[in-house]
Amino acid sequence: SLRLVQELEGHEDRVWGVAWRPCDGSSILASCSGDQTVRIWEHSSGSSPSSAAWVCKAVLDSSHNRTVRQISWSPNGNLLASASFDATIGMWEYVGNEFSFIASFEGHENEVKSVAWNSAGTLLATCSRDKSVWIWEVLPGHEFECVSVLNGHTQDVKMVLWHPSLDILVSTSYDNTIKIWTEEGDGDDWHCAQTLGPPGSGHTSTVWAASFNATGDCMVTCSDDLTLNIWDSSADLSSANDDDSAKWKHLATISGYHDRTIYSVNWSSLNDLIASGAGDDCIRIFSKSQDGDQEGSQSYELVQKHEKAHTADVNCVQWHPKNPRLLASAGDDGIVKIWEVVGDLPHV
Amino acid sequence: MAPALINANPIVHEKKKRTSKPQANYNDAIPDVIDELEIFDHVRDITDPEHPYSLEQLNVVTEDSIFVDDAKNYVKITFTPTVQHCSMATIIGLSLRLKLLRCLPPRFKVDIFLAPGSHSTEAAINKQLNDKERVAAAFENPNLVDLVEKCLVSTEE
Repeated sequence: SLRLVQELEGHEDRVWGVAWRPCDGSSILASCSGDQTVRIWEHSSGSSPSSAAWVCKAVLDSSHNRTVRQISWSPNGNLLASASFDATIGMWEYVGNEFSFIASFEGHENEVKSVAWNSAGTLLATCSRDKSVWIWEVLPGHEFECVSVLNGHTQDVKMVLWHPSLDILVSTSYDNTIKIWTEEGDGDDWHCAQTLGPPGSGHTSTVWAASFNATGDCMVTCSDDLTLNIWDSSADLSSANDDDSAKWKHLATISGYHDRTIYSVNWSSLNDLIASGAGDDCIRIFSKSQDGDQEGSQSYELVQKHEKAHTADVNCVQWHPKNPRLLASAGDDGIVKIWEVVGDLPHV
Repeated sequence: MAPALINANPIVHEKKKRTSKPQANYNDAIPDVIDELEIFDHVRDITDPEHPYSLEQLNVVTEDSIFVDDAKNYVKITFTPTVQHCSMATIIGLSLRLKLLRCLPPRFKVDIFLAPGSHSTEAAINKQLNDKERVAAAFENPNLVDLVEKCLVSTEE
């Protein structure tokens, strides 16, 4: 089952997202909210991160004047980017145990919904209700230069996400599709390599989020259509032919479990457990079936369902990067929660 | 010159007789069950964005267009704009949403839909009204909030 480690109270509106700082044992968690702030939570050193010793270390309230929708740490943990409905992206630097606001950049026409760093920390992607995806290059001196504006989605883009090791970008949208973007040659010439969506396979409503497994050969997506889709993302999209073998493929659909919109999905970087957060207030954990493949397709089973994880919609779930049993969640009830998986679980 | 009204001559219906509300339930042992009539009482006096009439008078919402499952914390409202191409349908939907946000306990999940066949862009409006991120962004837009608040003034007397 899921044991509640601690409730983190402080936000004055719904909490949209949480993000673990990826280094130093990940004893820092950031959260963002409709109250226009980012909060930094820190675990006191010396005790297990699954003990209730998390405290609010800082409130970053000077960067946005509307909802902060999502936050993302650079791979080295030195920078924290924030995406806001105020159409800007904020950038905070974490040095000497202090956060300082170093940049705000604009370009999107309206609400920025998501921001993501590539694995090298050299590129940043953002997306917006303006239907576009932007790629920014990180230059010395905290300069961020837009190198590409990607048009292709026909609606609101909900989330951007980079492959865990390659410069392959994924975007999910209100237009029910997922698009995969790659760089052509060595210029800044990005293009859509593939669109995952109907007809045939894919989601039939808004795709809210996506997450890769540790190696990046599988991806999971979640949707307003109440399903999760698993995709084989191992094909090399840089080979520019129309050969089907060079495409990402649908592997499985996990349906019949969620009762309302699935807002968040996160594949642990330490094992094959997938957590979901939904509008039915539940956190669920799925696992790849141990029974092996059935006729080449994969099957996934529900291994945990925690009802009333929040007293309102669960907007975000994130596995801890180091501890396979820790999970953070964010809810419409304004609370951030830290959970520990207790008991036997596959893969853990 | 004032802009042309989308529906210049709406049919105005009589207001339903108000049943006196039962005394508030002061016994904590008895759960306060919310029903269709209570929801209807919350939204019937919302003013149409275009006319000086209430949603009840224009038959945009009726008691029958509301579904409540208190045990499951669920409310569904179906509304019918006065004309099929009503550009104010989104404002009406947002007004319903904001009103219920203010008067329902947070345990409730609310879905708001156009009545089937009642609008030329029904699917698109339904999707927008039930995407909470789009709704949250709309409620941060001062111009939209201004329009919505004007519709709600009549419900707050």
